[in-house]
Amino acid sequence: MAVTNNTMILRRDLLTRIIRLLREDALAENIDRIPYLMRPKGYGEVSRCCIYKDRAMLKYRAMGVLGFGIEDEEDEMTSLAEYTRRAFDRTEPAENPLSVITDACSACVKVNYVVTNMCRGCVARPCEVNCNKGAIHFVNGQANIDSTKCVNCGLCMKNCPFHAIIYIPVPCEESCPVGAISKDEQGKEHIDPEKCIYCGRCLSACPFGAVMEKSHLIEIFKAFRSERPVVALVAPAVAGQFKTSLENIMGAIRKLGFDDVIEVAKGADVTTTNEAVEFAEKVIEGGQAFMTTSCCPSYYRLAHRHMPEIAPFVSHTRSPMYYTAEIARKQYPEATIVFIGPCLAKRKEAYDDPNVDLMLSFEELGTMFVAMGVDAFTNETSMPLDGTIMASSRGYAATEGVMNAVAGQLPESYRGQIRPVVINGIDRTTIRELRGYAKNCPGNMVEVMACEGGCVNGCNVIANPKVATRQVKELATKQ
Amino acid sequence: MEKLTVRICTGTLCYVMGGSELQLLGDYLPTSLADRVEIRGATCLDFCNQEGKGRAPFVLVGEELVTEATVTKVVETIRQQLGEPQL
Repeated sequence: MAVTNNTMILRRDLLTRIIRLLREDALAENIDRIPYLMRPKGYGEVSRCCIYKDRAMLKYRAMGVLGFGIEDEEDEMTSLAEYTRRAFDRTEPAENPLSVITDACSACVKVNYVVTNMCRGCVARPCEVNCNKGAIHFVNGQANIDSTKCVNCGLCMKNCPFHAIIYIPVPCEESCPVGAISKDEQGKEHIDPEKCIYCGRCLSACPFGAVMEKSHLIEIFKAFRSERPVVALVAPAVAGQFKTSLENIMGAIRKLGFDDVIEVAKGADVTTTNEAVEFAEKVIEGGQAFMTTSCCPSYYRLAHRHMPEIAPFVSHTRSPMYYTAEIARKQYPEATIVFIGPCLAKRKEAYDDPNVDLMLSFEELGTMFVAMGVDAFTNETSMPLDGTIMASSRGYAATEGVMNAVAGQLPESYRGQIRPVVINGIDRTTIRELRGYAKNCPGNMVEVMACEGGCVNGCNVIANPKVATRQVKELATKQ
Repeated sequence: MEKLTVRICTGTLCYVMGGSELQLLGDYLPTSLADRVEIRGATCLDFCNQEGKGRAPFVLVGEELVTEATVTKVVETIRQQLGEPQL
């Protein structure tokens, strides 16, 4: 879901500058200048109303990179240098990884229905006549909707013979499948952390880049400089993020400063095995109607917080991240363990996981490669892959990957009995479908991916998902 | 007939700034142009480090540099160079 647009480019430019300064150990002294360097006097195109607002928003984004949210701001005059010092002093990253920059939010739409200038001021005026709230009145022969009276019923739009009334979505609210983001009295958006399933859609959808993640970059640099080893756990989706072999990517990650790099596909081996056993016991032998996967943390949260009818069918097998972190913790009891992954949901899962300490998104990884001068595409630093990992585990990153892996691990006699169903992307329609499954499921094994196409389409990826899927599938089917 | 060479930079910076989209160029090239063009990947063309060259992602269509390259921009440049009428 990471789309190529200006907010993405701005974000990556900012990340690259901050990481360069971190590497030179000169962040506190130079960070306040970044908004001015990115928007110097005389800069032609401004992204928002003026250059000063641009700089102010860049400051808030920089706060996000430092791991703070806008709600942490007590004094507007606090400099980025001061936030940097606080970031270095803090002992724990923020629990809630999401924050809405209320000043960047353009509070875009008061009511969703708008009369365009296609209105002909007709005699019939079915809009006005059929409005139950008296919200439409005519000025200079043109219909107008009074936003204080309108209740968004949409009747006027249905009735207008010229299709002159249109529906304007609020992009973030439209994209949220669980209604977790909504407006306050000033029209600014807020995310309810109880409802939020951390799917990241609002992050990609907001055209003003107002939804922001709090990064662990400072914590990671502190870890690099500490005595303890730093170990990276890399999600299978990384294989599609750069146009080169997985061995080269792993080697490039190690070159950033990690003492070891472990593929999360190793934990996926355990997930596959356990899930196959669970499926055989519960569904084939036990007669349960169906079972769903549990490795997508956004889906897991959806099922357990919003869908009590589906929750009993979710498998109890833990995610690949969980098992890999367990293995890594046993091998490196003293290490700082960093999960490198494609999305916000995994960032939240990493915070809650007992063995994972920090999280780095693919976007941050890419900008780290650029800022630290590590070439992801060279053979020189390539790392050999762990030969014990099943190829199918590397396929988890694309839709149907989990299903194929689990089906492949079922005993011969059961293999013909699996009837797979795939929910490819969580939105309001697929949630309704899922609810229907609780009563009547068309299959007996349901794979649910919050992102269409699977993890390669997470909100923090840098490669085009189609391109990435080809690379992932190729790896997953290698003998 | 000599083919027009299109070199797509697959360096890290170009990729991070949206360059992976260009890997789909072959899928979007109209058939009238496809057999007169040879698409190649290039490991870091190094334009990112040069002053005043514009912004990534970079693509070389023949000798012409396309900056902030998108599939649409590259296809247009190819059309111009091969003398095809604009659509």
